[in-house]
Amino acid sequence: MRANLRRLAQRAGVWAERRLPALTRLRQPEPLPIELGRRRIYIVPTAFGLGFGVLLLVMLVGALNYANNAALLLTCMLGAATAASMLLAFRTLDGLSLRGIRAGHAVAGDPLELVLDFAAQRARESVRLDCAGESLAFALQGTTELRLRLATTRRGWLVLPRLKLWSTWPLGLFRAWSWLHPQQSVLVWPRPEAAGPPPALPGDARERLRPQAGEELAALRDYRRGDAPRHIAWKASARHHDLLVKDFDRPEPRETWRLEWDALRALDREARIARLARWLGEAEAQGRRYSLQLPNERIDIGSGPAHYARCMSALAVLP
Amino acid sequence: MTKSAATPLDARSFDLAAFGLAAVLALHAPHLPWWLGATLAAILGLRWWQRRRQRARAPAWLKLPLLAALLLSIVSWYGNLFGQAPGAALAVGLLVLKLLETETARDARVGMSFACFTLMAALLFDQSLTATTTVALGLLPPLAALRSLEPGRRTPPALWRELLPGLGLLAAALPLALLAFLLLPRLNSPLWGAPNAGEQRTGLSDRMTPAGFTQLLVDDSPALRVGFDGPPPPPGLRYFRAFVMAHYDGSSWTYRDVASQPPVPLEAAQTVRYRISLEPTRQRVLPTLDVPLAAPPGASLRRDREVIADKPVDSLRDYTLESAIRYRLEPQLGRHRARWLQLPAGFDPRTLALGRSWKARYGSDDAAIVQAALALFHDGGFRYTLAPAPLGRDAMDDFLFDTREGFCEHYSSAFTVLMRAAGIPARVVTGYQGGYWNALGGYLLVRNSDAHAWSEVWLAGRGWVRVDPTAAVRPQRISMGAAAAAPGQLPWYQSGWLQSMRNRWDIVNRWWNLGVNGFDALRQRGLLKPFGIREADPSTLALLLAVACVLAMAAGLAWVWRRREPEDPARTALRQLERKLARQGVARRAGEGPRDYLQRAARMLPAQHDRLTELMHRYLELRYAHPEPTSESLRAFQRAVRDFPVVRMVK
Repeated sequence: MRANLRRLAQRAGVWAERRLPALTRLRQPEPLPIELGRRRIYIVPTAFGLGFGVLLLVMLVGALNYANNAALLLTCMLGAATAASMLLAFRTLDGLSLRGIRAGHAVAGDPLELVLDFAAQRARESVRLDCAGESLAFALQGTTELRLRLATTRRGWLVLPRLKLWSTWPLGLFRAWSWLHPQQSVLVWPRPEAAGPPPALPGDARERLRPQAGEELAALRDYRRGDAPRHIAWKASARHHDLLVKDFDRPEPRETWRLEWDALRALDREARIARLARWLGEAEAQGRRYSLQLPNERIDIGSGPAHYARCMSALAVLP
Repeated sequence: MTKSAATPLDARSFDLAAFGLAAVLALHAPHLPWWLGATLAAILGLRWWQRRRQRARAPAWLKLPLLAALLLSIVSWYGNLFGQAPGAALAVGLLVLKLLETETARDARVGMSFACFTLMAALLFDQSLTATTTVALGLLPPLAALRSLEPGRRTPPALWRELLPGLGLLAAALPLALLAFLLLPRLNSPLWGAPNAGEQRTGLSDRMTPAGFTQLLVDDSPALRVGFDGPPPPPGLRYFRAFVMAHYDGSSWTYRDVASQPPVPLEAAQTVRYRISLEPTRQRVLPTLDVPLAAPPGASLRRDREVIADKPVDSLRDYTLESAIRYRLEPQLGRHRARWLQLPAGFDPRTLALGRSWKARYGSDDAAIVQAALALFHDGGFRYTLAPAPLGRDAMDDFLFDTREGFCEHYSSAFTVLMRAAGIPARVVTGYQGGYWNALGGYLLVRNSDAHAWSEVWLAGRGWVRVDPTAAVRPQRISMGAAAAAPGQLPWYQSGWLQSMRNRWDIVNRWWNLGVNGFDALRQRGLLKPFGIREADPSTLALLLAVACVLAMAAGLAWVWRRREPEDPARTALRQLERKLARQGVARRAGEGPRDYLQRAARMLPAQHDRLTELMHRYLELRYAHPEPTSESLRAFQRAVRDFPVVRMVK
């Protein structure tokens, strides 16, 4: 029964979407900022509101039947308050604006964090936001930032799902809602492969590669101003007239990785992208300098988060 | 929706719901049996303590026995479940029991809606201004509870602050509510039975026993309010007749309602027109000032010119009458004489003997016999008291010769028996006497405590003459009212300055009764008379109501749609420029900055290219060159915008 009803409601929604794009506001994505106005806020009574209406009707008939004017006046008060609550529900959304959306970075399959920046001049209470199965309730005075986690599945541009702003404020009798479809896409990075070989390097570069010494103790030397106290070799110093300091093997600057699309001919497209993504991640984690050569783009040698983001984005938008 | 409805209630919402139920219980407490009220209050308190302090649910096995106990106790107390009082008691009980299973938002919503309904039921018992206002304020906790169920709101720290928005909502709703109240078509006849008249209010009864009035004489709720055409009659003539009682059985006088006989003839010498609004009595008798000339609509005149309504008075009733205050009533007694001389056999031998002795002494001089009886009451050591000693089987003997204390019932009863014993036709009349003249409102307030009993004797040539034996004992009772007649015997609130303040305050109740409670189908039909519509029928009213609702909603929407933008002169001027450009076909796109927009406009309107470029530079300078724009540059920009010409494009 309930499933049937839901299916019916869904079908009606689809029909409305097709026939009445102006009503459902599902069609045209809009540029930010989006300000909610009277042309796009809709109101219907909730199930509780309908029940309450029936109750008001019963009260009305009772008061009229008993010719009880005091009760009739009370019923009229309650009815008028109900009508006023409809206006308040509208006013909760009216003038609310979505000023901006900031998207974080995420690889395909991981949730992507969105920061929605809402603003309103009047204070608002109990505004709800539904987006892709997630629901938030918030109060608003001035501006507020909402954090949403958006599920991702594949790399590339992800069109933001439409957002539903709604409210049943103040009494839960009416539901006002409005659809937002921001004209904005977010970029989802490719998911790196789980494991695989390191990049094949040119021969001379391979010879310069040494086993990583890491934190291995190399030698002891005299103390110099500025040495960290935790590096002082206290035991050895006790047998000496000076302080001795443990000298660590300083890792030599790592090899620069020149990552090339064309070097991975054996793999198919997505596997190549996944491997390049893994190498980019490893290079960034190891503090290497790296460059990326793609069929349509060449990114010069660099390092750091901005460089990494640029390379990953270039991979993400590959056709 | 389903998700949010099933969320458990937070502490604040539960507090507000419990508070709402406590308010409902308090408003219903006056007419609930005390033990039921106390038990429900205890259940409410325990449940609140249990959920708030113990964070526990009410055990499920408890609910069914409690429900059964509630039903049983109501049935055993009232006799049934249906009707006004048992129905209200049941509603309150169910509401309190609902709190036992209130755990989620959905439960709270159901409970709070039902609380609104139960609040309305409280108005079936009392419709005064005070009661209505209190009940309207009782709506605040349920409204606050409903508000608190919405997630994502700022919760005020103090509980009472939650109530204020509800007050604002009700205040905003008041205009529409009043319009709807005025225009909602009233029913001419009820759809189903009026509330059962089973329970008796204290009020005048068609049976009078000595000391039967005591309850009535300390009940100072208003009984009727009377407005006169012209000046009010002097206090000595303010007698409101209700029942004329002919039959005495040794302990009580009774009125027999016989509808078949025509009213006795009346020769009126001086008449008064007046309008009475009678508080509900659940009885059919309509008190009238002295002897009415005719009955109001919906009522009929009985033989002795009592006015009996067709239906019991269950709500405030207004009627306009003309009465004779100087008159001759039933100049010829005819064959009914024996009826007014009836006395029970075997009662009050000493009283009968006294009456006969007067008859022997004065012969046919009936007036002298009346004077003798009044002289007996005046000089015979009689005392006026509201707490007289009890009387035995020969009640009148005991009263006249032993206790010699009592109030109007005793005196009128004894006097009438004496007159009948002396062969003078006599009868007891009950009703109200006196009242408080409210000069501000121009009406006479008669309370239940003004209930009174007096006698009428038939004298040849004069007809029925009113004789008030109580006046012989204590004239203050007639001239100044019950409070003056029995000092120190009335409750504290019925004496002194407080009573006089209550009398003055009553004008508000009068207005309330006239304006709200007395607004019936008849008055509604005359509502539009000032606008030229003589008879407003229900369809006209319904149409008007629809129009009024639409207008009210339009006013509400105008308020809602009004936007208050911060005043920014530079932006306002730019808007003006945008409008001018839009008329020439260059509308600003959403998301387009002023610089892009004006550059685009300059490209599209080559004739005004230079002007637009200059305007753009001025605006950008105003906006971004300085933290605060100088007033000269702002004025220059405004002037330039004002002078910007609109050139119609010729296509």
